[in-house]
Amino acid sequence: MPESRPLGAAPGAEVALAAPRRGWRDFGPSLEPILIPLLALLVSLALFGAFVALAGHPPLDVFFEMYRGAFGTWFSFQNTLQRAAPLLLTALCTALPARCGLVVIGGEGAFVMGGLAAGAAGVELAGSPPTTVIAGMFTVGALAGAAWIGFAGWLRARRGVNETISSLLLTYIAIALLNHFVEGPLRDPESLNKPSTRHIGEANMVGPIPGLDVHWGLAAGIIACLLAYVLMQRTVFGFSAALVGGNARAARLSGVKVAHVIVITCALAGAAAGTAGAFEVAAVHGRANASLVAGYGYAGILVSFLARHHGLAIIPVALFLGGIAASGGLLQRVFALPDATVGVLQGILFVVLIASDTLSGRIRWRAPAGAT
Amino acid sequence: MADTLGLWGIPLAMLGGAIRVSTPFLFVSLGECVTERSGRVNLGLEGTLVMGAMAGYGFSYLTGSPWVGVLGAGVIGSLLGALHGYLSGKPRVNDVALGIAMMLLGVGLAFFLGKPLIQPTAPRLGSIPLGFFSNNAQLRSALDVNVLFVVGVLLAPTLNFGLKNTRWGLVLRTVGESAEAARALGYDVNRVRLLATVAGGFLAGVGGSFLSLYYPGSWNEGLSSGQGLMAVALVIFARWNPQRCLYASLLFGGAGAIGSALQSVGITTGYYLWNALPYVLTLAILITSSSATRASADMPAELAVSR
Repeated sequence: MPESRPLGAAPGAEVALAAPRRGWRDFGPSLEPILIPLLALLVSLALFGAFVALAGHPPLDVFFEMYRGAFGTWFSFQNTLQRAAPLLLTALCTALPARCGLVVIGGEGAFVMGGLAAGAAGVELAGSPPTTVIAGMFTVGALAGAAWIGFAGWLRARRGVNETISSLLLTYIAIALLNHFVEGPLRDPESLNKPSTRHIGEANMVGPIPGLDVHWGLAAGIIACLLAYVLMQRTVFGFSAALVGGNARAARLSGVKVAHVIVITCALAGAAAGTAGAFEVAAVHGRANASLVAGYGYAGILVSFLARHHGLAIIPVALFLGGIAASGGLLQRVFALPDATVGVLQGILFVVLIASDTLSGRIRWRAPAGAT
Repeated sequence: MADTLGLWGIPLAMLGGAIRVSTPFLFVSLGECVTERSGRVNLGLEGTLVMGAMAGYGFSYLTGSPWVGVLGAGVIGSLLGALHGYLSGKPRVNDVALGIAMMLLGVGLAFFLGKPLIQPTAPRLGSIPLGFFSNNAQLRSALDVNVLFVVGVLLAPTLNFGLKNTRWGLVLRTVGESAEAARALGYDVNRVRLLATVAGGFLAGVGGSFLSLYYPGSWNEGLSSGQGLMAVALVIFARWNPQRCLYASLLFGGAGAIGSALQSVGITTGYYLWNALPYVLTLAILITSSSATRASADMPAELAVSR
């Protein structure tokens, strides 16, 4: 870069001279975390539009139907909320460890373990008062998820095992365990076509939020995201986690117990996904079976990345992706598009989003005074 | 015949299963090995594998030739590899996160485009009956070796030799060990990595075509159960050496075949738990081969996945 500053002038002198005038461009760099994902969103919608156009469907009609299927009517909006509820919690499974610089993609496994444990607890506690059963189910579900991802965090902290791969392997192990218990020791003999655990009993189910047709998982998810925001951005613990994510060695030298922070963060992350699994059993299916493996964990990874692993941003993003998922049914009915259409859009969105990271810090918001 | 073998049927069924199950592992791990030696990780090979399976089946169905299917799967795989290689060459783009994204994209695209392929039957790959000398049915079926496995077995030492002794291998290793040094020598680091990722994608695509064209031998959405990702862990286990990738793939194949081998002799207890054995094995291997304080000496120094 050619040097335009006269020899001898102090660096920064022209900045001081140019300081008084402040326009919207000065806020540019702080807007980047919002503007770049929005740009990525527009680019992905354009690419997806081109994709459905190639598949022989008018893109604008597809977009309109998607909007209608996600937010168009009260019914579809409730459907969106219903699908967003687990995403809020599974997104935290990736977002919390991301603060420590870890890429955890095992939310699906923690979700499945949470659901399986809750289903087993519900059957085990049958006969007790509903509040006991429900409390037991959620405790066990959250603990199972916490153990699952906490183990991946422990392996990372103690043995240096890559958490991305280990958490994913743990997901496959969780699915195998679910199949084993649901087909074997915990099987309800009456579940013929779809092997399941025994039903937890209608009295022990978690009902909908008053005035909505959506279960309490939505409220729990929103509260969890708010708590995650406070924990990670407003407490000493969150600050130590950020230190670990920034430079683990420097964190250790400044007295942070790195292994502790990593294991606790991962356990909390797993607890969030496990709770989501417990809601799926306690509020939706009433029993644990293969329906738990529905991809909420994987979609949560995308939500977390799109929200830049920020607790508050997860809420609107989960709503948005829940809407995309909810619109899948309408796309199938109106255009006979396969159910994988939603997966294609999610994939395009994810790739474009990660690629858009290259723009951060490189948008030229204002020409520096005296710049070449 | 089966009765005379008794419990010997288990190791035999495992041998046959190991050869069948290990082939996709072998191709994906060889591909990932080449990519990782250049200092980059492509976690998206799971998506590439599924796309390869879909494309291989599709091309085989459309042209009537399974080998066109294999080649088409490789080409589709290299296109996905090129996308990953190009994008992660941009500044600030994280290759691990991009790999996760490519995994979702590959699986989504394959399910979308593969919808019409679930019904029709495509011509499948043939096999070499190495068990011709015996008239024991089980032995014959165990030694019925598919052609792609043979290709993979030959490819592993070839790649090993190439990495060690050729100019291209040296350039690839230089880029993987020190991008600075490679740049100082005048090599375009991003281009070498792009080519290595394309090659890795090609091999992973071919590995995918094996799934749909030989074993299990049809296209459906439950075809891959994480083989693409396990292969990435397998490369760590094989310490970035193509020859050891072959042995590791066979081990994983054997572990993956144990459930159905036991089932074939009538032991069905814990069928699902046996199926989880490859994942448990991978995890155990990762735990024993990792260290919190130092990285493996064989690991390419520019690699991000096993910091």
